[in-house]
Amino acid sequence: MAIKQLSIFVENKKGSLVEIYETLSHAQVDIRAMSIADTQDFGILRLIVSDAEKAAEALKQAHCIVSVTDVIGVAINDQAGSLAKVVRLLTDNDVNIEYMYAFITVSKQYAYVVFRVADNDAATALLETNGVKLVTEDDIRNL
Amino acid sequence: MFFQKDIETLPRKKIEEIQLERLKYIVDYCIKNVPFYAKRLGEAGVTAEKIKSLSDIQYIPYTNKSDIRDNYPYGLFAQPLKNIVRIHASSGTTGKPTVVGYTKNDINNWSDCVARLCMAVGVTDEDVAQISFGYGLFTGALGLHYGLEKIGCSVIPISSGNTEKQAMILKDFGASVLVSTPSYAMYMSEVAHEMGITNDELNLRIGLFGSEGCTNELRDKIEKGFGLFSTDNYGMSELMGPGVSGECQYRCGLHFAEDHFLPEIIDSTTGERKGEGEFGELVITTLTKEGIPMLRYRTKDITKLTYDACKCGRTHARMDKVSGRSDDMLKIRGVNVFPSQIESVMANIEGISPHYELVLTRKNYTDYLEVRIELTDAELLVDYGKLDALRQLAVNKLKTVLGISAKVVLVAPKSIKRYEGKAKRIVDLRNQSEN
Repeated sequence: MAIKQLSIFVENKKGSLVEIYETLSHAQVDIRAMSIADTQDFGILRLIVSDAEKAAEALKQAHCIVSVTDVIGVAINDQAGSLAKVVRLLTDNDVNIEYMYAFITVSKQYAYVVFRVADNDAATALLETNGVKLVTEDDIRNL
Repeated sequence: MFFQKDIETLPRKKIEEIQLERLKYIVDYCIKNVPFYAKRLGEAGVTAEKIKSLSDIQYIPYTNKSDIRDNYPYGLFAQPLKNIVRIHASSGTTGKPTVVGYTKNDINNWSDCVARLCMAVGVTDEDVAQISFGYGLFTGALGLHYGLEKIGCSVIPISSGNTEKQAMILKDFGASVLVSTPSYAMYMSEVAHEMGITNDELNLRIGLFGSEGCTNELRDKIEKGFGLFSTDNYGMSELMGPGVSGECQYRCGLHFAEDHFLPEIIDSTTGERKGEGEFGELVITTLTKEGIPMLRYRTKDITKLTYDACKCGRTHARMDKVSGRSDDMLKIRGVNVFPSQIESVMANIEGISPHYELVLTRKNYTDYLEVRIELTDAELLVDYGKLDALRQLAVNKLKTVLGISAKVVLVAPKSIKRYEGKAKRIVDLRNQSEN
């Protein structure tokens, strides 16, 4: 039960991000979660959006380099210690987290987190067996 | 296929006989008709009678581009304008343009030379040829135009620019031959594919590329992208235009039209003549040109010659694809670098587009080379490691080939400028004041 993540190449120069966000705005795509890291010359922007296919298409039209990958979205209770529990579970079961970031979206009950791991199926099964609530594509559309 | 088989397959000895006869003729013609040559050759003590063998050409002084410019515009013409039917000029990137004139015979010989190289790759009167060189003072477009017409092709003189329309016409008119610079062909295929035109919908089979250097690696990429087979041809307005030499279907060197042009190779620094197979600057003497004959014209292009007959049956001398102009050579931290070396490295790396840009800067009296390449493979975005590995691969390959370190910068697709004519891939900022 993975969710779609966009990875976008961002050149380290004025206007690169504006172009990407405006393209998404014109395509009427909402951003749910976001992470960006950079080196000296370029960055990779990772996004979870309301409609990944539509966003990827619009970005490609605008000559962006985009890839769509599967990641795992987890909904945890918005209280101290919840995230630690999930990460402990993954660690104890040798699931290596390549990177992770949090959703921008706020809900009363839950906080949402994105995990990128090597084996999505194994991690999904593990989390489900242990009663961790996963985020689906539908959830993201309706957030 | 041949356009003038008898001439193109003459025995070596016969070619040299014709060349010697014509060399004597052209020396005499120059002395009689061009005051500049009369003075130069007089000072050097050269007359037609003193030329007993082809090697006696070494006594004739070289002619340089500056000589044409110094006699701007018509000073080197050997015929009154009454007999000149066409005037071309080369782009005056450094000062005034160099002006050249053609008589009716010149135009006729020129189109013969072009027809030869077109038929050598298999162009026939059935072909529809789209000429996407810019028409105008530049010799490329009209040169190919007349040659292709002479063969009997249906010529589309679309000129360069308006690339979407180019792609549309390529498809709708069923063009089978494309004439353009390699850079423009590359750009055009990109645009055509973006418009949803597939190679299957095109009738393209032959590319006649020229007017700028292109490595084999880049050529292969263009051919794959556009689904065609291409040959390189060579020439310059000072000598005539395209048609001085051109590849046949075997692409093992460019065949000269040796009945019209006498090639030599020299050391560009010392001016000494070099032998067969040795690299050096190409020097050409025009043997039949009436409008503006050239005696030992220094082309600044670096190549080597071979006189062996080709598999295709042609016997005229062949030159290597031009590996670089002596003018284009960059000196970076004291090392000689030809942009073509960088191009062949980049064309062999997966995941990037064939477009690139070189930026040269100088800091604290040290030169820095930056190579900008466009990322095209989205799969590499999975993690930084992959992008960094791509960059490191480019850095290592450049270091191996050039012997100097370069910085490699990944940029977004389509962010490097596309060209409708000759590409300008080098930005040299070294002579700007340091801040």
